[in-house]
Amino acid sequence: MSYDVPRMAGDAAWTEHDADDHARRPGDEGSGPMWEVFVRQRRGMSHVHAGSLHAPDAETALLNARDVYTRRSEGVSVWVVPSSAVTASDPDNAASMFEPFAEQPYRHATYYDIPDEVGHM
Amino acid sequence: MDLSPDDRFQAILDADDKIEPTDWMPDGYRQTLIRQIAQHAHSEIIGMQPEGNWISRAPTLKRKTILMAKVQDEAGHGLYLYAAAETLGIGRDEMQHLLHTGRHKYSSIFNYPTLSWADMGVIGWLVDGAAITNQVALTRTSYGPYARAMVRICKEESFHQRQGYEILLTLCRGSAEQFAMAQDAVDRWWWPSLMMFGPHDDESPHTAQSMAWKVKRVSNDDLRQQFVDMTVPQAEYLGVTLPDPELRWNEQSGHYDYGEVDWDEFWQVVKGDGPMNRERLANKVGAWDDGAWVREAAMAYAAKHDGRLRSAGAGGAA
Repeated sequence: MSYDVPRMAGDAAWTEHDADDHARRPGDEGSGPMWEVFVRQRRGMSHVHAGSLHAPDAETALLNARDVYTRRSEGVSVWVVPSSAVTASDPDNAASMFEPFAEQPYRHATYYDIPDEVGHM
Repeated sequence: MDLSPDDRFQAILDADDKIEPTDWMPDGYRQTLIRQIAQHAHSEIIGMQPEGNWISRAPTLKRKTILMAKVQDEAGHGLYLYAAAETLGIGRDEMQHLLHTGRHKYSSIFNYPTLSWADMGVIGWLVDGAAITNQVALTRTSYGPYARAMVRICKEESFHQRQGYEILLTLCRGSAEQFAMAQDAVDRWWWPSLMMFGPHDDESPHTAQSMAWKVKRVSNDDLRQQFVDMTVPQAEYLGVTLPDPELRWNEQSGHYDYGEVDWDEFWQVVKGDGPMNRERLANKVGAWDDGAWVREAAMAYAAKHDGRLRSAGAGGAA
């Protein structure tokens, strides 16, 4: 994705004011804040993040999302969420967040030795 | 073509598509799903207790870490399911309240005690095995959020069954005492595991409507038969005896015949008089009450934090 990782709510410099318009960067003033677009490919599946776009309000964001992300029938449903509403994990903390699970192979079914004769389990 | 909401709902079902939270649905469909998904969620949460009972007494550090990971998974499964139920318009706190006041049920299997370490093996093998049989069928349920939660849960559940079977393999290959412990656990859990599939189809009040709505895809008796067919060879491999003198292969039907479940016991436990009903619910209510200060502190912290940010924001803007 080509946009900045949203600032986190815990950041010292983060304010409600920032939350409203942090996605606006120089040159964006005329096109509104940024929105994250989630598309459901077909019934029964989850909405999956497709990308983002600018729009002055939610209704316009939805119309823009339709035009930008579903022109080839990619979806049957679209969500738009203000980018400022996203609280992201800190990439610098990725190691401490996720690495411990790499050392827990027993959470996976393949860790257990089940003889073939027993059949699928 | 302009379809009525009712016809549109039916058309989605007929096409084997999923109903999503934003779709119109009959109130009965919504209430059935709330009841079923909440009961499923409560079962995951109450289900942490019988196994939690053995975390501090697991025979090795390895078994202990595995058991903790498994109980943690049950908590996670409960959370997926509560979130799925919430898409139908019921709040999570409300579901807790309904459980705590006895108006929501959970699976009766968790009203049996875990008396020995072998019970951890048998719960993984039989109880989770029965749950998987039921849940694999539910991945095709007609309500989207429930079906997606089931897919996620089934992926994680395989570890649960395998770790249980591995515990039993270890016990069954061990000393005579260890084997006896495994056999005793099988004796106690076999029939309650068969009860997990619920009453016979012709005595199950919700089955017909649930099948018509495609909430339920396979009937209680068919799922029970699937489970028996799958489990008997696994028992033979372990060398344990399933406590049913009528259990035998039926060449003609291509399935195992098995004896009648003690339905009096089933209904007795459903109605609250199983060995552990009172203790399980008391523990759950106790955990909720004891945890109140944690929830309150977290909310107070969030409110304070939010207030500080607001004033900082206002100051910055001025």
